Amino acid sequence: MKEMPKIDKADEMSETKIAASKVQVYYGTTHAIKDVDINIQPRSVTAFIGPSGCGKSTFLRTINRMNDTIDICRVEGEILIDGEDIYDPKVDPVQLRAKVGMVFQKPNPFPKSIYDNVAYGPRIHGLAKNKSELDEIVASSLQKAGLWEEAKDRLDEPGTGMSGGQQQRLCIARAIAVNPEVILMDEPCSALDPIATAKVEELIDELRENFTIVIVTHSMQQAARVSQRTAFFHLGILVEEGPTQDIFTNPQDKRTQDYITGRFG
Amino acid sequence: MSDTTLSSPAASDGKDSSVPQKTSLYKEDALTKKRNASEKRFQAYGITAILIGLFFLVVMAYSIISEGIPAFTRTVLTVEFTVTQEQFDDAEGQLFKTRAYEGVFTEAMSQQFQEKEIAVPFDITAIERIVGKPGNTIRQYYLANPDQLGEPVEFELAASSRVDGYLNGRLTRDNITDSRFLMKSDLDLVDVLVEGGIIQTVFNWPFITGADSGVDNPGGAGIGASVVGSLFMMLVVLFLSLPIGVAASIYLEEFAPQNKFTDLIEVNISNLAAVPSIVFGILGLAVFIQFMHLPQSAPLVGGLVLTLMTLPTIIISTRASLKAVPPSIRDAALGVGASKMQAVFHHVLPLAMPGILTGTIIGLAQALGETAPLLLIGMVGFVARGYPDSFVGGFLDPNSAMPAQIYTWAARSDFAFYEKAWGGIIVLLIFLLSMNILAIILRRRFERRW
Repeated sequence: MKEMPKIDKADEMSETKIAASKVQVYYGTTHAIKDVDINIQPRSVTAFIGPSGCGKSTFLRTINRMNDTIDICRVEGEILIDGEDIYDPKVDPVQLRAKVGMVFQKPNPFPKSIYDNVAYGPRIHGLAKNKSELDEIVASSLQKAGLWEEAKDRLDEPGTGMSGGQQQRLCIARAIAVNPEVILMDEPCSALDPIATAKVEELIDELRENFTIVIVTHSMQQAARVSQRTAFFHLGILVEEGPTQDIFTNPQDKRTQDYITGRFG
Repeated sequence: MSDTTLSSPAASDGKDSSVPQKTSLYKEDALTKKRNASEKRFQAYGITAILIGLFFLVVMAYSIISEGIPAFTRTVLTVEFTVTQEQFDDAEGQLFKTRAYEGVFTEAMSQQFQEKEIAVPFDITAIERIVGKPGNTIRQYYLANPDQLGEPVEFELAASSRVDGYLNGRLTRDNITDSRFLMKSDLDLVDVLVEGGIIQTVFNWPFITGADSGVDNPGGAGIGASVVGSLFMMLVVLFLSLPIGVAASIYLEEFAPQNKFTDLIEVNISNLAAVPSIVFGILGLAVFIQFMHLPQSAPLVGGLVLTLMTLPTIIISTRASLKAVPPSIRDAALGVGASKMQAVFHHVLPLAMPGILTGTIIGLAQALGETAPLLLIGMVGFVARGYPDSFVGGFLDPNSAMPAQIYTWAARSDFAFYEKAWGGIIVLLIFLLSMNILAIILRRRFERRW
């Protein structure tokens, strides 16, 4: 049984979007992430689960180098995206973040109009040559984010005036507008009610066709619903990683079993 | 009633207190009563404090307005007369030219008195005490406008400050002592002239537009020149301290690494905000005037000194408002691939703008009212000669500023200047208010972008 996932992994090596090996993250003297190795497949949803403070969000943020903004944070090891080490000195983190978009825990639209929220990324990256191209990008991003019907008549209204679920989908639209390859989502539904959550989950499932999605979630049901693969973190260690089905029905590690059965966490 | 009968046995046998007593919600218990009382008391303190503040505000506004309003009026003596070419040539040929014009003036006065059927004996010395020596004013007018010779011209001659004071109530017959400036008997003449409409009270435009006069001429003193001086200084302060302050704050808040050196800078900025302004004055004297040889009394130097003084205020408030922008906005911008600078300039700065403007206006208001540093760089006690050509031309020409001008007036012995000082304060406050209103309008526009 223990061999099975390993063989799976070997098969998938050719189909790896993100490959992390021996990743260590330190906050000052605290060793927050220890020796994480993980391969993430393209065009799939990978869920990170684990109790609070286990380092899943921290690890997520190393994938687009958002941790660079924290002075005391230090990352060691190697994270390859399409075979390129993103911590290579030659890599500009800003360029990386255009390729690896992020959606945050709390919906954080800019205090600007809905249109400007979505158009901001394409504008700064020069993705549109003129106004009509920009309009097209905004429309298609909102469509992909399932927000077009609700937003098309109020594009000039402030994004902050929408409901929480709409705001979060606006943030997703904003992230996909720059046409990234990977989208990181840090507990995207934790501030949303069940109906909004269902809409966002549906959206994540649709986005899988075009994007590689990594999602951090506290809800195991959510992980089970949206992800193809699941990784369980505990105390900064990647305890177990595999197809979602296997993790939830047949966990290999005692800690994973305890967590998913609700014995701790 | 049944409630109390039910609960009283419980209270008597509830000695072990394991059974919670039944209490009515309709009755305040002792603790609630105490808490409510203290809340009420605190509210009363607050209201008292506000009332005290309001009282002083009202007293201040009343005294400023009642003392300052007379500065905005002036008393003029209107005479219409004609100087012919012969009279002009004749006067110009004499040794005491102005005296000759005074003769023409006296003649015109008595003619006008006859027309208005005012029968009052007067001599030229009494008129001189009332309007000063009018001869020079008349002569200058005709030298400048020779084509008016032979035409009837209406002259508005400024009455002396004592007559001014008599008419606006500052002086009464009881507290005037006979002197070479004004005799009690002159007041009879003044009364008659007022009745005849020859002496009138009009709005004091020269006070708004003019420059300071010598100590012997309170009537001619104006605040206009120092308003211009203050305006120039504020422009210097605004265009230097806002960009420098905002740039420094953005760097310190968003980009600078946290280390001993930046800590030291932070401590120093906080300390600079508390440095007495006169220190900045002497620094400006040493650096800008003695070392850099910038001209004395120039608004540029005053502006530079006040910029130094305003910078810490602007930096502190700008940093506070940058800090108040939620970090989620920065994350959002970085998350879509904006660079740090783009995140700051596109998102953080617009959101911090209202706070920055508030800090700027506080800093500018402080700078506007500052007198002490200006004393040291010579922007004070300025008497205009040949106004307006000789100065207020620009940033490098000598000038004064409103608070320094007010200080100068208040320090002069002639009581008429005291009234000018109050009037100056009204102008200063109006200047300040319009500055604030402008800032509030700007801030509103930024706030709407939320």
